[in-house]
Amino acid sequence: MTNTKFGQFGGQYIPEVLMNEIVNLEKAYEYYKKDEKFNKELDELSKKYAGRPSLLYFAKNMTEDLGGAKIYLKREDLNHTGSHKINNVLGQALLAKYMGKKRIIAETGAGQHGVATATAAALLGLECEIFMGLEDTVRQALNVYRMELLGAKVHAVTFGTQTLKDAVNEAMAEWVRRTDDTLYVLGSVMGPHPFPTIVRDFQSIISKEAREQILEETGKLPSVVMACVGGGSNAMGMFYHFINDKDVKLIGCEAAGHGINTEKHAATITKGSVGIFHGMKSIFCQDKHGQIAPVYSISAGLDYPGIGPEHAYLHSIGRAQYVSVTDVEAVEAFEYLSKTEGIIPAIESAHAVAYAKKIAPTMRKDEIMIICLSGRGDKDVAAIAKYRGRIVNE
Amino acid sequence: MNNLIDKNSLIAFIMAGDPDLETTKNCILSMEKAGADLIELGIPFSDPIAESSVIQSANLRALKSETYLSKIFEVIKEIRAVSNIPIIFHSYVNPIFNYGYEQFFEKCKETKVSGIVSPDLPLEEKNEIKEYADKNGINIISIVVPAPKERIERIAKEATGFIYFIPSISSTGVLGDDANELNLIVETIKNVTDTPVAVGFGINTPAQAEYFSKKADGIILGNGVVKIIEKNGKLSAEPVYNYVKEMKTAIIK
Repeated sequence: MTNTKFGQFGGQYIPEVLMNEIVNLEKAYEYYKKDEKFNKELDELSKKYAGRPSLLYFAKNMTEDLGGAKIYLKREDLNHTGSHKINNVLGQALLAKYMGKKRIIAETGAGQHGVATATAAALLGLECEIFMGLEDTVRQALNVYRMELLGAKVHAVTFGTQTLKDAVNEAMAEWVRRTDDTLYVLGSVMGPHPFPTIVRDFQSIISKEAREQILEETGKLPSVVMACVGGGSNAMGMFYHFINDKDVKLIGCEAAGHGINTEKHAATITKGSVGIFHGMKSIFCQDKHGQIAPVYSISAGLDYPGIGPEHAYLHSIGRAQYVSVTDVEAVEAFEYLSKTEGIIPAIESAHAVAYAKKIAPTMRKDEIMIICLSGRGDKDVAAIAKYRGRIVNE
Repeated sequence: MNNLIDKNSLIAFIMAGDPDLETTKNCILSMEKAGADLIELGIPFSDPIAESSVIQSANLRALKSETYLSKIFEVIKEIRAVSNIPIIFHSYVNPIFNYGYEQFFEKCKETKVSGIVSPDLPLEEKNEIKEYADKNGINIISIVVPAPKERIERIAKEATGFIYFIPSISSTGVLGDDANELNLIVETIKNVTDTPVAVGFGINTPAQAEYFSKKADGIILGNGVVKIIEKNGKLSAEPVYNYVKEMKTAIIK
């Protein structure tokens, strides 16, 4: 077996009933990740279906307005289905197919991962069931319909806080009930090994491209690479190929919700502590008794009480820095990027844009910053309008 | 470490603090009187992913009454003043991790809790707590499910106290009756260890109890007691006594 941990973080803290299947998955992944046919097919899907490589866009207006570092946006919002989630999903759904599975299941928060999974299932002829917190099915009703349109069955999860955490619980429980023909397509760099590694590998295409693109365009590496962090898949993808470039600062932006001094936030690294949950040892928002805390963010995609174990590790060794961004700042950044660049970002990605607004002016003009624009904001327009006091008919 | 059960044993699960710890104490004592041989005492967790909905709800009720480990140990002390019934904990790792492994296992020893079974601590992560458990002589109860023979053997060889065997999984919590598979797995276990085997998951009726007690050394009542408490609340001691008595009678028939 390969190493299951990143430092002290990660591992396989899961029920015995899942161990056999997890071992199978690990074996299959180790095999197919080196398999020529698998990689060729995935590469073709990425290019001809998902639209890769994604653009590295120089945000000229934003750069001039902020008056500091040159700002580049890695445009994952331009991928098919509108976010970085498709990178991972195509990989895992294809893996499911190669493993002989007929059915894939997934959790979703904002609905992006659910939509991407339903999309891949439709394309590859797999059955698909999505688990989504009841509260999120209301916040992201359009995405629910989108998934159904794509042929998936959506289950609203009514247990607990009815958000992403509970959707993961229920998807895991469903996998416990039915493993034979089913693969759980986990949406982030979290859960038991090998998921954090699988998802990171499939998402690392983001930094692989971005690193090549920035070198080609500017001849040098960025000073800062930034992304929003919930579970942390777009951030891990954005960081990965820069980890060995010691001078590139890696910054993850967590959701501070109403503020980190309130109880309404999802700032895991800023406010959380080490724990064991959802199959992994990592950092979680929890009370002193080890009960997982209800978390909050305006962004359903960042509304998660934990973080992927590799992030916890990068944080523990000081390689990556994690900051927090409030709802107010994120909404302002959402509007700012729309007006400045004509790009409506996902409210998740807007958290990274917000922090860029803070630090870009403090950087030299010859420095470069890359922000992962993980998704597009169409899904958030109605919610932001409501936040601003306007009721928009979806 | 010693075997925790003999032949014809009845193990009963109860969630600590559902609906309050006073009820838990009364029910444990009445289960002892009714013939229960070992109590599997649940420590509540906010996200009990591997449980039936019946037990998930019990977790939430227990958390609502603010049942935390320090209080649970207090109540076990009270029980110990009048009873020596063997008790093991059933807990997700996180509440114990946050309480502190060292302190947790010392407290187990002090209150004569003889083991722990954890739904999210497979063989691969046993080292998370092994050092502390061993130091205090507390059994880490191993769970076995239908799996490749080598895996079952590997788990069984290391097992102490008893082996917690969950024969088949279904969403309804009703046991499939694949007797062949059941016999085969028990045989696999028995071939490599003298540690006794208890069968759990979905045993609800006296007929099931009688059937499964012939297949293994003990049976585990999972949902049964919890359902009675869900219905009767603080007045559960008597109906729990009747239920456990009925099941125990079926076993020793």
